[in-house]
Amino acid sequence: MSTWLEENDLFIDPQRCIGCRACEAACAECGTHRGVAMIHLEPLNRPDSVKTGPTLCMHCDDPACAAVCPADAIKRTDDGVVQSSLKPRCIGCSNCQIACPFGVPKIYPERAQMNKCDMCYDRTAIGLKPMCATVCPSEAIFFGPKSVIESQRKNKANNHFIFGRQTIRTKVHLMVDTEQKPVEMDIVNFISTTIEDSQPWVI
Amino acid sequence: MAKLPISEELIIEQFGPHSKHVPPGGWDQTDSQPDRRVKTHCCFCGQQCGIILKVKDNAIIGFDPWEAFPFNKGKLCPKGVKRYMQGSHPDRLLHPLENRRGKGYEPVSWEAAYSRVTSEIERIQSQYGKDSFAMLSGVSLSNEKSYLVGKFARVALQTANLDYNGRLCMVSAGAGNKKAFGIDRAANSWADILETDVILCAGTNVSECAPITTDYIWKARDTRGAKLIVVDPRITPIARTADLILPVRPGTDSFLFNTLLNLMIQAGDIDQAFIDAHTVGFEEVKKTVAGYTVDECEKVTGVPAQSIKTAALWWGKAKRSFLLHARGIEHHTKGVDNVLSCINMVLATGRIGKVGCGYATITGQGNGQGGREHGHKCDQLPGNRDITNPEHRQYISKVWGIDEKDLPGKGLSAQEIMNEIHAGKIRGLLSICFNPLVSLPDSGFTREALEKLEFYANIDFFMSETARYADVILPGSLHEEDEGTSTSAEGRVIRLQKSVNPPAEAKVDWEILLEIARRLGKEKYFDFKDSESMFEELRVASKGGTADYYGITYDRIEKEMGVFWPCPEIGHPGTPRLFEGGKFYYPDGKARFNVVTYKPSADAINEEYPIYLTTGRVIYHYLSGTQTRRIGFLNDQCPKPYLEIHPLLAEKYGIAEGDLVKITSRRDSVQLKARVVKTIRPDTVFVPYHWAGKQSINRLTQRALDPVSKIPEFKMSAVRIEKVVEKNL
Repeated sequence: MSTWLEENDLFIDPQRCIGCRACEAACAECGTHRGVAMIHLEPLNRPDSVKTGPTLCMHCDDPACAAVCPADAIKRTDDGVVQSSLKPRCIGCSNCQIACPFGVPKIYPERAQMNKCDMCYDRTAIGLKPMCATVCPSEAIFFGPKSVIESQRKNKANNHFIFGRQTIRTKVHLMVDTEQKPVEMDIVNFISTTIEDSQPWVI
Repeated sequence: MAKLPISEELIIEQFGPHSKHVPPGGWDQTDSQPDRRVKTHCCFCGQQCGIILKVKDNAIIGFDPWEAFPFNKGKLCPKGVKRYMQGSHPDRLLHPLENRRGKGYEPVSWEAAYSRVTSEIERIQSQYGKDSFAMLSGVSLSNEKSYLVGKFARVALQTANLDYNGRLCMVSAGAGNKKAFGIDRAANSWADILETDVILCAGTNVSECAPITTDYIWKARDTRGAKLIVVDPRITPIARTADLILPVRPGTDSFLFNTLLNLMIQAGDIDQAFIDAHTVGFEEVKKTVAGYTVDECEKVTGVPAQSIKTAALWWGKAKRSFLLHARGIEHHTKGVDNVLSCINMVLATGRIGKVGCGYATITGQGNGQGGREHGHKCDQLPGNRDITNPEHRQYISKVWGIDEKDLPGKGLSAQEIMNEIHAGKIRGLLSICFNPLVSLPDSGFTREALEKLEFYANIDFFMSETARYADVILPGSLHEEDEGTSTSAEGRVIRLQKSVNPPAEAKVDWEILLEIARRLGKEKYFDFKDSESMFEELRVASKGGTADYYGITYDRIEKEMGVFWPCPEIGHPGTPRLFEGGKFYYPDGKARFNVVTYKPSADAINEEYPIYLTTGRVIYHYLSGTQTRRIGFLNDQCPKPYLEIHPLLAEKYGIAEGDLVKITSRRDSVQLKARVVKTIRPDTVFVPYHWAGKQSINRLTQRALDPVSKIPEFKMSAVRIEKVVEKNL
């Protein structure tokens, strides 16, 4: 019989992200992080757009970070969560940081340790959603069964990422809309510039 | 005289704002078990999200999501997550303070503070008349406190001049709603957003000012294929993915809505049967909007003709629709007109009062809805009654046990009170929960006015920028330090649970007001032992008014996770959706169309001031920032105001990202760093308003008011800009 964590996955739907950083704020509140967020949110290119997106551990089925760890400090649980480094083992060598295709692990020099998202294992192991997915106001971060999110949204959940000849499968899914065409979000494309008067930008 | 006792720098050193980053007891305590988990609500916007506060040793040490609360189901924005950090704060006011010139603020006993406040009230009122002492209040207060303030000002102070900071927020919407529907409340609970087909967001930056609402909108889009139309001069995060963006030139909203209605009428996309059966005044509106053509609309609004036509087509043909608006269209000298032009579009289609068909203003302040119903507006009595209506006056006088002749009449609105202080006609002021030096327009004028007060007493929990001018500062209570109720943007009455006691000598706000009333000899009218006893009186006072809470009790709210007013009888289920069956709140049951004629803004664009300035919020701050500028995580994300400017406009003035820019209006100038972005109209600049001092954008905004709602025109000022050449030292 599959466990609760095996039945549920985490989904990131970038189109819904409003850049509010509730995920970072709530992540930092975790008793084990003590004020440091393990999820990171960045504006992708603020001059051009208000687009933002969260970065958190993708929880690979075959995690590169664990494979390259010389101290065997990174473990993947049977229910699919790649844990943060084990404190007694981690030597702070940065191998994981270099190897991760998603740029997730981070060395905290003051602790000489790598820490990253562990999908709130303290919560998810007892049937609670990860904190980021619980608070996210727009459900840009969602936790639940894949069948549920796919029945509720127009876009599709993807968890296969191809890097060169290597395909990586992850517990975290990215919601993608293959039908949407890219649009340049310069407001000038949406306003009328045919009117002579009141154009203070015209030199 | 209300002046700063010492320099601002010294005041800030002592009272902040300082940023607090760590919970009480440090991060190590976050693992420890709290004594209690209190189910209550966020204080930082009108959505009033449910939240669990973790309490240990009379301190709030953290939060938990409250997933069972139906509105937000555990969701929170960063303000909600970090709201608990306002407690146990080093800046917290702990003792009554008196302003001593040259020395600062010295702690005094409550006895000394009360005695000074009451003797000054009596001196000023006996010398200059009752109305020469004014009171300013705010809608971050609970329903009980809002009700108490209304009664306190009229019965204890006996002044007509009481108004509130909702004057800077929801009054245009409130006035528009009353004119059209005869009632002032969101027409639907947000559940109807989930069931709709076209959503129009006009002047509402939902993603930053009502973040949970974005999920409702997305659910309608994803599950029903609903279309989203956004009217805003900026591409906000919710506008970024909209199906149609209408980036209007600031102040031209009603021209757009009149044109859309005209196009819908021409296409036959109106519900004539609904109009005939349930409304009054359509023909006059039809005649007026006939003059609003697409070509002219494109010229005035700066929105392409094709986009206007598409919006009219989508809105016109929709089976179900939901219109949301907020301060973007309301903060104008024609704010009420803008609201009415939206409502006309809703009424003409008959898509209101049905599943998935609705309309709402998104209330911005914590208790912006409930706070505006129970009587601390200058023209209003509890139950949303009218202070000039003889029957309403009689009823409330009876509830309060006073002679109707002793009930003051209509007073001045917030800005008008400040104008009269400046003119030397109002000499004394008591304020609670209001920071006008940051939030009123033309802050140079506000500063001058405050300095003219003969006596100023301020009740607050932090030393706000306005409190610095007070002669006496009375330390009041935080949201989580008192019991009560609040009413969310949906019209849902909810319970605020006391989590901790006020620290040191600070007191629960209502205790302070009750003691002042007692010392003014009015004790018998204020026989309240707790918040619930005030709510019990509020229930009776609201009975028979449009905002009828009579059937709502603390017990019911807790059991039912909120009750929607009107709820006129015990056992009444409450009213999540208004206007079902086309029944409106005028005596004839019909809604009113209102003719709106487009008028230009008060501050004219010309060669000297060629650029539109608009102002607003960011996600990390709440109103005047008194609380959020003290919460480390929030303040770190946005510690200072900035100028958003399009690269086309920036290039013309030789401005690059990060350059210092001087912005000048007809009032004043400020210097801010430029943020060059393609998401704002190139004829418009934007500055967030949460700060005081040299960089406060309200130094530039104007005191021009909407003639009906008396809201200032924050959303459109004429400015010029120039790059400041920074000299290398």
